[in-house]
Amino acid sequence: MKFNLKVWRQKNAKAQGKLVDYTIDNINADMSFLEMVDVLNDNLTRKGEDPIAFDHDCREGICGMCSMYISGRAHGPHHAATTCQLYMRSFKDGDTIYVEPFRAGAFPIIKDLVTDRSAFDRIIAKGGFVSVNTGQAQDANNLPVDKADAEKAMDAAACIGCGACVAACPNSAAMLFVSAKISQLALLPQGGPERNNRAINMVNQMDEEGFGNCTNIGACEAECPKEIKLTNIARMNREYLVASLINE
Amino acid sequence: MSELNSKIPEGPLANKWNNYKEHAKLVNPANKRKLEVIVVGTGLAGAAAAASLAELGYQVKAFCFQDSPRRAHSIAAQGGINAAKNYKNDGDSVFRLFYDTIKGGDFRAREANVYRLATESRNIIDQCVAQGVPFAREYGGLLDNRSFGGSQVSRTFYARGQTGQQLLLGAYGALERQIGLGNVKMYSRHEMVEVVTIEGKARGIIARNLITGQLERYFGHAVLLASGGYGNVFFLSTNAMGSNVTAAWKAHKKGAYFANPCYTQIHPTCIPVTGDYQSKLTLMSESLRNDGRVWVPKTKEDAKAIREGKKTAVDIKEEDRDYYLERKYPSFGNLCPRDIASRAAKEACDDGRGIVPSGLGVFLDFADAIKRLGVDVVKARYGELFPMYQNITNEDPLKTPMKIYPAVHYVMGGLWVDYELMTTVTGLYCLGGPRG
Ligand code: SF4
Ligand code: FES
Repeated sequence: MKFNLKVWRQKNAKAQGKLVDYTIDNINADMSFLEMVDVLNDNLTRKGEDPIAFDHDCREGICGMCSMYISGRAHGPHHAATTCQLYMRSFKDGDTIYVEPFRAGAFPIIKDLVTDRSAFDRIIAKGGFVSVNTGQAQDANNLPVDKADAEKAMDAAACIGCGACVAACPNSAAMLFVSAKISQLALLPQGGPERNNRAINMVNQMDEEGFGNCTNIGACEAECPKEIKLTNIARMNREYLVASLINE
Repeated sequence: MSELNSKIPEGPLANKWNNYKEHAKLVNPANKRKLEVIVVGTGLAGAAAAASLAELGYQVKAFCFQDSPRRAHSIAAQGGINAAKNYKNDGDSVFRLFYDTIKGGDFRAREANVYRLATESRNIIDQCVAQGVPFAREYGGLLDNRSFGGSQVSRTFYARGQTGQQLLLGAYGALERQIGLGNVKMYSRHEMVEVVTIEGKARGIIARNLITGQLERYFGHAVLLASGGYGNVFFLSTNAMGSNVTAAWKAHKKGAYFANPCYTQIHPTCIPVTGDYQSKLTLMSESLRNDGRVWVPKTKEDAKAIREGKKTAVDIKEEDRDYYLERKYPSFGNLCPRDIASRAAKEACDDGRGIVPSGLGVFLDFADAIKRLGVDVVKARYGELFPMYQNITNEDPLKTPMKIYPAVHYVMGGLWVDYELMTTVTGLYCLGGPRG
């Protein structure tokens, strides 16, 4: 297969970026998208050019590191799949493919397709945990959890922190990501004692990082590789509201 | 030449760990604040160690090459975590978990360490649950267990097929909490390239800042390596792309001994290599062998015809198929241990009977299970696995047999450590994957 690629190249955080054209030939339909980029990078390196920088690690859809905006969609054309789980047979021979980084004010570009998503870590550091030191825990079965709640908590906990929700959102909101963590811990008794502070602190940090507001568009849910549900956002809003009332 | 002293505590096996804890030297809280510890890697071992040390009051510097500590490859573990909780009252105990683990390690692991692991397994579950890890529950709200890897008791705790992810995110949360409190300084996008020793003691590291490319120098009173195993010394493995074993190798070059490097697990059920561009291999859960039957054609001619696309699996008549695991190991059949299943697959392919173009692949066939149980049951049983296989290979395992081949999965060898987890370099410790 042969493809025309338009890839975002940007030397560093401060430089102006632009789309650069590449053509690539002899691509096997069974190759993953990232393997296609590996081959392109190999060609570039052999020609003495700078290879395209991109984030990736596990290449099996679980670490959340890969992050490409492919022809107008976060993680490419498939529903519920990460960039590393995209295969070239999803494209037609001769297609033109646009490859851009996840764009958001709170995810500054570091180089080419690599962005700085450390804002997510800083939000988690504000409350995405239970404050229990190692060795302090009681016996695990002293704390029964309703099976349905445990299942819902697990649904929310499946978030891989990739940031596709932010990239897909016209407001660059991080509501789906933040609400997934708040929901997981709000649904479990372990999260109870810190519930109010957690909601306030994480939401405040989210605003401070410069993520936008939610206007109920739902692009986040549509593009999330782990099918995190919008209902989590509703739960987060409730948590935040209750917490604000109590704190007043 | 270092002398190997494993420093196993005195006393009977069951008392060693308590003995050790009761006589270990304590550090004055005021002094803890003055001690800096470097932790390289933020997987289950690294993140848990960094968070725990910070909770105790030490100053911790943690390093990972990814953009966030949450991405370490521990995240990819699927099955579950064992603990001798005996919640099922099915006769489990610390000793039984110890014994099964020693047996699983071919009686070569250090007994004192394994007994400690079996003892602590119970606290680990308590800790994870307290951290909010959403383990599977029974209807009564208590933790659910399943049995795994042929053990006769149910002691595996699991969070769907994402146990590693959930455990890691628990540890990552604890680490982020300490980062937020200012007790851990996190250096992501940094790769360790050297262990620094002063007068024979590990006193810091040199790390490359992966954004600027600069080499940077970091001091620590002790250095902990939790940087993962060496599976990627093989050209292809199921490991993450960045798990490149540089840190453990550099430690070895500085004098840390390596133990049991031959201990590499070749997992029998991975998706075969399709081309020379391939960057890594994907593991299909072992549970598939519960219902799938492994076979290759009896004759090289049939295998060749399949490789060349002139025949497909269904063209091979039942009597012309060699269900080689069932033939060679009638009592275990398709469920024989991983190493044996892997070796048998290689033997069949070396014999010229592989069924993928490269010659390195065998069938894993669900046709009988579908006949016996119906499509819906089989589909439900392997819910996430079949679509994942189909996404990668473009073939539907409900219609045509899966193609599998063994691949390097994880390693049990690594840097040699004593009971205190110190390598043969004073002050250089090793936890988790890179440890032997
Ligand atoms: S909510 Fe979905 S899209 Fe957003 S970070 Fe989590 S997994 Fe990625
Ligand atoms: S590389 Fe890990 S999710 Fe894509």
